[in-house]
Amino acid sequence: MNARRIAALLGAVACLAAAADPAERLNNPTQEARARALFRETRCVVCQGESIDDSDADLAGDLRQAIRARITAGATDDQVRAFLRARYGDFVLFRPSLSLANALLWGGPFVVAIIGAGLLIARQRSAPPAPPLSPEEEAKVAVLTADEPV
Amino acid sequence: MITEFGSFALVLALCLSMAQAGLSFVGRARRDVILTGAAEGAALAAFVCVAAGSVALIHAFVTSDFSVLNVAENSHTEKPLIYKIAGAWGSHEGSILLWCFALTAYGCAAALARGLPWDLKALTVGTQGALGTLFIGYMVLASNPLLRLASPPVEGRSLNPLLQDPALAAHPPFLYAGYVGLSVVFSLAVAALIEGRVDSAWARWVRPWTLAAWSLLTVGITLGSFWAYYELGWGGWWFWDPVENASLMPWLMATALLHSAVVTEKRGALAAWTVFLAIAAFTLSMLGAFLVRSGVLTSVHAFAVDPRRGILLLAILAAASGSAFALFAWRAPLLKDQSAFAPISRESALVLNNIILAAVATTVLAGTLWPLILEAFGRQGGVGAPYYNLVVGVLMAVAFVILPAGPLLAWKRADALAVLRRLSLAAGIALAAGLIVFSLASPRRAVAAMQVAAGVWLVAGAVEEAAGRLRAFRVPLAESGRRLRGLPRGAWGMTLAHLGLGLFVMGAAFESAWRVEGAAVISPGSGLDLGAYRLTLLSVDDRAGPNYDAERGVIRVVDKNGSLVCDATPERRTYDTGGQTTSKVALCPKGLDDVYIVLGERRAVAGGGSAWLVRAFWNPWVRLLFVGPILMALGGALSLSDRRMRIADGRRSVAPTAALAPAE
Repeated sequence: MNARRIAALLGAVACLAAAADPAERLNNPTQEARARALFRETRCVVCQGESIDDSDADLAGDLRQAIRARITAGATDDQVRAFLRARYGDFVLFRPSLSLANALLWGGPFVVAIIGAGLLIARQRSAPPAPPLSPEEEAKVAVLTADEPV
Repeated sequence: MITEFGSFALVLALCLSMAQAGLSFVGRARRDVILTGAAEGAALAAFVCVAAGSVALIHAFVTSDFSVLNVAENSHTEKPLIYKIAGAWGSHEGSILLWCFALTAYGCAAALARGLPWDLKALTVGTQGALGTLFIGYMVLASNPLLRLASPPVEGRSLNPLLQDPALAAHPPFLYAGYVGLSVVFSLAVAALIEGRVDSAWARWVRPWTLAAWSLLTVGITLGSFWAYYELGWGGWWFWDPVENASLMPWLMATALLHSAVVTEKRGALAAWTVFLAIAAFTLSMLGAFLVRSGVLTSVHAFAVDPRRGILLLAILAAASGSAFALFAWRAPLLKDQSAFAPISRESALVLNNIILAAVATTVLAGTLWPLILEAFGRQGGVGAPYYNLVVGVLMAVAFVILPAGPLLAWKRADALAVLRRLSLAAGIALAAGLIVFSLASPRRAVAAMQVAAGVWLVAGAVEEAAGRLRAFRVPLAESGRRLRGLPRGAWGMTLAHLGLGLFVMGAAFESAWRVEGAAVISPGSGLDLGAYRLTLLSVDDRAGPNYDAERGVIRVVDKNGSLVCDATPERRTYDTGGQTTSKVALCPKGLDDVYIVLGERRAVAGGGSAWLVRAFWNPWVRLLFVGPILMALGGALSLSDRRMRIADGRRSVAPTAALAPAE
């Protein structure tokens, strides 16, 4: 059961429009698109795991307004992110920053992949493959393994 | 009375599980077939008892017996029958009962399975009994679903309205059947470690259980995703929510296990890794149950906010997985691989698949647990969709590139050039598809075009592989038809699953890159434009449901030629109990697309009258997101129906080859 999400969404479902609400939209479509992209990577810090794009919590509404106002005033996306981080800390952004503290998070999966690949290569180095088959043997194998089930 | 009988049955099931574990292990140690036979009987009886307890709970729900705490908290007399029944697994206690039901059912199936050597079987049934003891013990002592109330209320508190949905009623049984199906694989791994024997025969027994669990899990996750898609009203289908991640992690591990077990079965290689995956897959199932049920990640919102119970679940997880991994560390060095393989071979491709799936599972695990890790350092934080999309996307891209080559590569050592030549047509089609989408679709999106190309590449690769197997266009049609019937179903299952994955990737690319969103406050008679469609609000009426009142809008959807697509009827429901408001999304399917319409709140208009906030999405190719995984699950079921899966007696099957001999 998606217990957590259900619970988290109880409030949210009543608030279908959130960021798309025509009353909030900016007139300039390029600016509005940028604002929406930023909303989607901004956490509604009082909700559970929702972005401010989805949430209708008051705080989310305030943040949307603040972001739209900054964009209208000509701020870049990075300036808006810096403003959010200064005010709420790293937590507010869904995309964790590429800092040393987050190295494990960003690097972990790739370290696993590289270790795995390293083990595979080491294994093949340590066990040299058997000498190639003669053409007669190849022909026999081809007959025997045709339609080899997967 | 039936409730008391059910409670008694659950306690009895606990005793029987203990007997099942004890008799099996002692019987194996003394090489006494009578004891292990008795353990199998206990496994059967434990299942019957848990089933009786489940029937008692469903009976209490159906008869609205509010003297049972669980019923009083999760049911209501006015609720439709199907949701009364589904309410039995809608709560923490009920879902643990469902878990135990599945666990004992699988234990019973393992006890009845034929073809396993008796020693391996005894240890498998015993481990299954030990797991049963842990989980049934937890249920009976800390989470009894059949507790009575001293003073029963007149009316129940009802099930959360969001849960009152057909897809979600069926979602937990599938999901849990999948989660818990991995317990048999776990038990087989533990048994093999104790016996110190992992060979191709063992892998052959592991595969059908993994396939069954994997297919059920796939269906369960898809149902949950579909539910989220049309019930939550956001138009999204995957949120990288901890609960979804909890189901994705065991799925990824089971997928890896499916592939590595093939290598162990066919080539006698990767034995230790396959055993490790078998243990890890069920560990992640249990971790998922713990994360979801303990509320550790969501201190505000979960069902079981009782930290004592969370710690108990964690203790069960630590006991089961900890001992299995300790056993693995001790015994794994005994497991020797029987064969080597060249860098370019099917083995290598499958190992790469496993490496990538393991890395993806690590990503999901790290992201899900990140808030807890930060909290341990006194910081607050967490990650969301951007992190997962980026890291998982990069990793899966590598997997998708190599996937179509995998089934074409020969075992041990393959001819890379020949495989590349065979795939050149598929690669050309994929490249062309990517370029066409890149140049024609608006807005122009390079990453999405690459995703589409990847999807087409997977589909074309699967088709090429199947065509090669049929020797289509190279032998007469009748001959190809004969091969279609004669070739093993396992191979077709694989083709179908890979095809489904390709369709899923294409759907995901289209849906996320070219979805069109529209929202407007409109009064009856007016409308809004949504990409190629025009939506007109015709009317809004009041309607009474069985346990809710609704405002129902009728919205006419026409395409740009003016022809009718559908009359959609989204609703905004207010439930009698609790006064909660939910939206009933209207879906207008058109080909592979959906027009997705949500009726929002009523707003007063200047100058009198009412208007409604209507939000709509045009979700292109979204149906592929659900068709793809269903094809994957069907592929799993098809493989499972292969007779080689049922005759798991370690003999090489000769029948299919013999049957084809005249055709060669």
